[in-house]
Amino acid sequence: MTFNMENLEIAVQILGLGWGGIFLVMLIIYLVSLALGRIFPPSDSE
Amino acid sequence: MEILIEGVVSLVAEPGRIAMMLIGALLMYLGIKKQYEPTLLVPMGLGTILVNIPGSGVLMTGGEPGPFQILFDAGIETELFPLLLFIGIGAMIDFGPLLSNPFLLLFGAAAQFGIFFVIIVASLLGFDINDAASAGIIAAADGPTSIFVANSLGSKYMGAIMVAAYSYMALVPIIQPFAVKLVTTKKERQIRMNYNPRSVSKTAKILFPVIICVIAGLIAPDSLPLVGFLMFGNLLRECGVLDNLSQSAQNELVNLISILLGLCVSVKMEYHDFLQLDTLIIMGLGLLGFVMDSVGGVLFAKVLNIFRKEKINPMVGAAGISAFPMSSRVIQKLATEEDPQNFILMQAAGANVAGQIASVVAGGLVLGLLL
Repeated sequence: MTFNMENLEIAVQILGLGWGGIFLVMLIIYLVSLALGRIFPPSDSE
Repeated sequence: MEILIEGVVSLVAEPGRIAMMLIGALLMYLGIKKQYEPTLLVPMGLGTILVNIPGSGVLMTGGEPGPFQILFDAGIETELFPLLLFIGIGAMIDFGPLLSNPFLLLFGAAAQFGIFFVIIVASLLGFDINDAASAGIIAAADGPTSIFVANSLGSKYMGAIMVAAYSYMALVPIIQPFAVKLVTTKKERQIRMNYNPRSVSKTAKILFPVIICVIAGLIAPDSLPLVGFLMFGNLLRECGVLDNLSQSAQNELVNLISILLGLCVSVKMEYHDFLQLDTLIIMGLGLLGFVMDSVGGVLFAKVLNIFRKEKINPMVGAAGISAFPMSSRVIQKLATEEDPQNFILMQAAGANVAGQIASVVAGGLVLGLLL
C-alpha cells in the first residue's frame, strides 16, 4: 500500500459524481412517484 | 493413524489455519448463539473451517477444482448468486410506505455517504482505487451489492468484504445507536413526526419497479443487473398474478442461494489470503463506513430541518441504509427510549426501503465510474 495522489483524485471524483448521481436518481424517482400518484390515484375499492 | 498424525502435523505447522478455523467457529457461534445473520454466517463459518484443513478437497481434488471452487466459479465469479438473491429480496420489499411518502427517497441517497467517505479514507491509506471502492461498498449495508461490486472490480479482499458486509449488517443494532447519538441531541431524538400517508394504487405499485429500471438504466447502466433483478422480484410481488413465483423467490430461492453463497464465499477465507494487516484495515474501514452512513443521513435531515417548518426527526435519516427492516426498528427503538409515545417507524421504514434502492444505484454508479 502506497499513497497515490491520482487515486485520491479519483476517490474525490467518485464522491462528487457518485453521491451526486445517487441524489439525482433518487430525485427523479421521487418526482416519478409523485406523478404516479397523480396519474393513477387509488380507486375507491383500494 | 499415520495419515491423521500427518494431517495434525501439517495443521500445526501453519498456525494461520488454526486461527482461521477459530474464526470459522466464531462466525458459527455468532450465527447460532447470537442469531446474527445465521443463514449466511453458519455456512460461511463451517466453510471457513473446511477450506483451511490442509489439502482440503473442497478446493482442489485430484488436480481438479473441488466443489466449493466450482460453486464459486459458477456463482460468484459470474455474479449470478448475488443477482439471484436480489430477486428474492425484491419480492420481499413493499414499496408502499415509500410511495405514500416519496420524500423519504432522499434519505436513501444521503445515507450512502459512508461509501464515499471510506473510498477517500482507503485511498489516503494507499489502497488501490478498486480495492478502496470495494471497501467503500461495504457501507452499502447490502451483502449482494458488496459481493457484486467487489467481484466486478476484481478486489483481492473479497473474503474480508463479505464477512464485514454481513457481520456489520447483523451489528446494526449496536453500530447505529452509537453513530446516531454521536450527532444528535436528546431534544432532536424526541422530535415527533406526523404520519399522513397517501393511498397508493395497485397500478402505481406495478409501474414503480418498471420505471425505476428505466431511470436507473438511463443514468447508470452499470446498475442495471442489480436494479433489474431487484425490481423483477418486486414486480413478481406486485403484479398480483404471480403469487406462487413471488413466494418461491422470497423463500426457496433466497434460502437456496444463501446456503450456496455462504459456502462458496469461504473459498476466499483461506488463511494466507485472509490473515493480513490489509484485511483487518478493510474490515475496520467497513465499520467506519457503516458509522458514516448513519452520520450522513442524520446530518442531511438536520440540514433539511433548517428550511422546514415541520421538523424531521433526524434519526429517520440514519434509517436510509439498506439493512431492512433492522435499521428502521433500531431507529424506532431509539425514539421510544427518548419518548415512549414517539412513533416514527413508518417514516423510518420508508427511508429504509429507499436505502435499498439507493445502495444498488450506488453500486452501479461506482462500477460505472471505475470500469
